[in-house]
Amino acid sequence: MKGMTIIVKTVSSWIKVLVFLFGIYIILFGHLTPGGGFSGGVILAGSYVLLLLAFGREYAEENLPLPIASKLDCIAAFLFIALALLGFIYGAGFFFYNFLQQELMADCNAAGKLVSAGAIPLYNIFIGLKVAASLFLVVLVLSAFRSESDPTEGQE
Amino acid sequence: MEIFYILMVLMLIAGIIAVETKDLLSSVICVGAVGFSSAVMYLFLKAPDIALTQTVVEVLGLVILIRATISREKSFISGDREFFAVVVSVVVLFLIFMAGIGIFQNMAPFGDAAFVRIADSASQVYLKQGVKDTGATNIVTAVYLDYRAYDTLGEATVLFTSVIGAIAILRKKSRKLLSEGDSQ
Repeated sequence: MKGMTIIVKTVSSWIKVLVFLFGIYIILFGHLTPGGGFSGGVILAGSYVLLLLAFGREYAEENLPLPIASKLDCIAAFLFIALALLGFIYGAGFFFYNFLQQELMADCNAAGKLVSAGAIPLYNIFIGLKVAASLFLVVLVLSAFRSESDPTEGQE
Repeated sequence: MEIFYILMVLMLIAGIIAVETKDLLSSVICVGAVGFSSAVMYLFLKAPDIALTQTVVEVLGLVILIRATISREKSFISGDREFFAVVVSVVVLFLIFMAGIGIFQNMAPFGDAAFVRIADSASQVYLKQGVKDTGATNIVTAVYLDYRAYDTLGEATVLFTSVIGAIAILRKKSRKLLSEGDSQ
């Protein structure tokens, strides 16, 4: 009853790791190669949606419970704003000032390396976490709504 | 710069009218005036892409809102004012048509955009100074997380708000909580 057939379960249990790793790669290398926080976050959410579709809602909710997902969403949004405010405090006095690049790494000449571009990778990580949590929450809430309206599902 | 003050005063007046007026239709039209004024403002601030987006969103929102208010109010124009309204709309449509012809005649050929020809336009500056300013070799990331990070903040806020709305509408406990609040 829960989830799909054993073929789908087996294949998605192999695939989910690769999808998750690909999302992390897209987020971490967002400032070097095509990609970034939004697209990587969507891929991260996609790996959990794959779990949700293949194994059922309970299994996905065990892996990433709804309270933790909503807290992750809020914390990532807060950290995004906090980093922008740090630019306001340490920098020339305007929001979203890339102070790490302009003040600390200005003469490193590290363009093209993984640790470069100052605050941009951090922004990417926060946006990626936020988008992943948000999209997973949307899908989880929608699926919860559908299973609740189904009278054969039983009481919770 | 005077155009910004004129537009701002126009937007303020339209906003106050939209809040204060009793007629729903004129309120909706005033909201539309605010939106289109901000679209013109973006155009003068050299952000034509955002102006286009704003215009599209405004047109969609206005059509939906006007449809909703007309079905509720049923205020139709009749008599001499109907003839006047038809004449005015035909004249305005003709003027827009002539302006469109003029714009298409003066349009740059395909592949030779205006941004490329202007030396200090935003896109050229991003392409030349991007790696030096931000250190990011992916210029798209450099634009949306450094030069135009406010845009990203807005997008993240939209996503956050929509998730909050989805959870608030679709949560399971809403009716239970409401009935408990009534019993207490």
